[in-house]
Amino acid sequence: KIEPLKVTVDFLKVPLGLKKPPLKEALAALPGKPKSHILERHKSRRSDAMDNESQYSGYSYKSGHSRGSRKHRDRRERHRSKSRDGTRGDKSVTIQAPGEPLLDNESTRGDERDDNWGETTTVVTGTSEHSISHDDLTRITKDMEDSAHLDCSRHLGVALGVALALLAFLTPLAFLLLPQLLWREELEPCGTPCEGLFISVAFKLLILLLGSWALFFRRPKAFFPRVFVFRALLMVLVFLLVVSYWLFYGVRILDSRDRNYRGVVQFAVSLVDALLFVHYLAVVLLELRQLQPQFTLKAVRSADGASRFYNVGHLSIQRAAVWILENYYHDFPVYNPALLNLPKSVLSKKMSGFKVYSLGEENSTNNSTGQSRAVIAAAARRRDNSHNEFYYEEAEHERRVRKRRARLVVAVEEAFTHIKRLQEEDQKNPREIMDPREAAQAIFASMARAMQKYLRTTKQQPYHTMESILQHLEFCITHDMTPKVTRDRYLTAGPTIQYHKDRWLAKQWTLVSEEPVTNGLKDGVVFVLKRQDFSLVVSTKKIPFFKLSEEFVDPKSHKFIMRLQSETSV
Amino acid sequence: SCLISFSFQQRIEIHKLRQGDNLILGFSIGGGIDQDPTQNPFSEDKTDKGIYVTRVTEGGPAEVAGLQIGDKIMQVNGWDMTMVTHDQARKRLTKRNEEVVRLLVTRQSLQKAVQQSMMS
Repeated sequence: KIEPLKVTVDFLKVPLGLKKPPLKEALAALPGKPKSHILERHKSRRSDAMDNESQYSGYSYKSGHSRGSRKHRDRRERHRSKSRDGTRGDKSVTIQAPGEPLLDNESTRGDERDDNWGETTTVVTGTSEHSISHDDLTRITKDMEDSAHLDCSRHLGVALGVALALLAFLTPLAFLLLPQLLWREELEPCGTPCEGLFISVAFKLLILLLGSWALFFRRPKAFFPRVFVFRALLMVLVFLLVVSYWLFYGVRILDSRDRNYRGVVQFAVSLVDALLFVHYLAVVLLELRQLQPQFTLKAVRSADGASRFYNVGHLSIQRAAVWILENYYHDFPVYNPALLNLPKSVLSKKMSGFKVYSLGEENSTNNSTGQSRAVIAAAARRRDNSHNEFYYEEAEHERRVRKRRARLVVAVEEAFTHIKRLQEEDQKNPREIMDPREAAQAIFASMARAMQKYLRTTKQQPYHTMESILQHLEFCITHDMTPKVTRDRYLTAGPTIQYHKDRWLAKQWTLVSEEPVTNGLKDGVVFVLKRQDFSLVVSTKKIPFFKLSEEFVDPKSHKFIMRLQSETSV
Repeated sequence: SCLISFSFQQRIEIHKLRQGDNLILGFSIGGGIDQDPTQNPFSEDKTDKGIYVTRVTEGGPAEVAGLQIGDKIMQVNGWDMTMVTHDQARKRLTKRNEEVVRLLVTRQSLQKAVQQSMMS
């Protein structure tokens, strides 16, 4: 039974996103015969002869290859010029993820499928994300070719942090060891208290090490355009602390060759304590302060109006931007530009058909604005039935979508009745046993057409390649999911992160803000996160101060009476 | 536009009919300050807690005297009926030593007729 189904799949392996007319003809010809006719149409490089073996690897991501690469180049040019235009001295800075590709894949331009541009994330561990923040430098670094320069400055910051941390860590050990090395003979012997102090130094240093590792040594989730104020502050604080301790040590102990070793050890212990407290301060400033929600951010996508609200604490604008982006990828439905446009038939006849004649004076000086205003006014007053067409078109579209949805639902349900999990007591010969992938391929054929039609009607076909559908089927079959789960993924547009990696792997966003991005959030701050084809406008509102008052209700005070409506005859 | 509402009042005199041991008037009342005024189908203002005529028996003394369903009883024999409980109203109407009750009623149809005649 598997063989004939495989044949059908091969035949339907046309790319899902191509133009309508050829595909319609292809599907109309489906019950008929001419497979070769369709293959020729799509200019694929398969043979004309009907082949009965499945070639799933032949499914072309790069159908229309030459067309794709040309669009590719155009896109790059457009992108580059756009990035140069956007740098007119306003405070718009770029947030980049580490290992940035030259061109990102999230923008949907028809049926582009450039999955060769998937990028590799590089792991950068460090204490801070510095960037040399001069205005001209950011302007230069916005140009794509200078990304190497930016990496350099980022690594500089990391190196600085690591060096400082090492210095702070090794200083107490140095304090303890130097007297032993330099004037061991003159030191007073120090008994049990010293040993206790040694142990406490050891453990405190271990705790400090673990705490620093937990707090600072994390893969950064984003590359921030400006210095983190608090991190810089903490680094300066640690530096001053260590330097002042060294000064005192140098003057009081090294110069005078202090004999009291116990005093030296206590000095070292006090430094370790101070470092632990600085670490506590770091935890409070960097982590705890922003946990309590203080602001509500509303993020609205400019293209189609999808919006969400988020509660955040005290964050700087750049950190709030990254927070929003992290939530954007799993909260917002994927951006589908095909869904935005009114059907062309509705908008076509707008202002055509009006001509302006000026009677009288030949010297019409600057009547252009007056003329255009007159045209607009006349067009507005003209009785125009495009709303009617829009209404009927929408109703028709709705009906079509529902019909196809019903077909898809039934097709998926029926497809799933064809397979079942192998139980131990079933006696089947090994040829008939399939692994999930083969099972998915087997049942895909029976619902492929319904699926394809539905995706085309809801304009989702760029998001679901055949490979992704097969993978999803395989996943559902492996985990014994019902057909409802399987089809729900296609019935509504899900969040961006659900789709193939190409859609969300590239993470180039631009942060545009009127205030410096290291400022904290305040009530009424608005900033914009831009991409090439849409932007997220984020506005801030302070969470109001709640006055909660208490009211005691005695449980015995709940009493009721009947509503009376008597009628008496007299 | 301003709304002028009139309350035209009518005086109705009912002679009680003796039926066995009781004197009956031949109608039913509803309403009272202890009742729920929103259930009253006859009142225009649903907070009106007055006494309303809810039923008039056919051929009874009330019908003969001209009482109609939906009338609001304002006074009975000089006693005010606009601020009484249901039971007090019943008692005032069924005093055993009275054979005639003189009611002062107000009727919505009267109000409407007056308004229409004023507008035309």
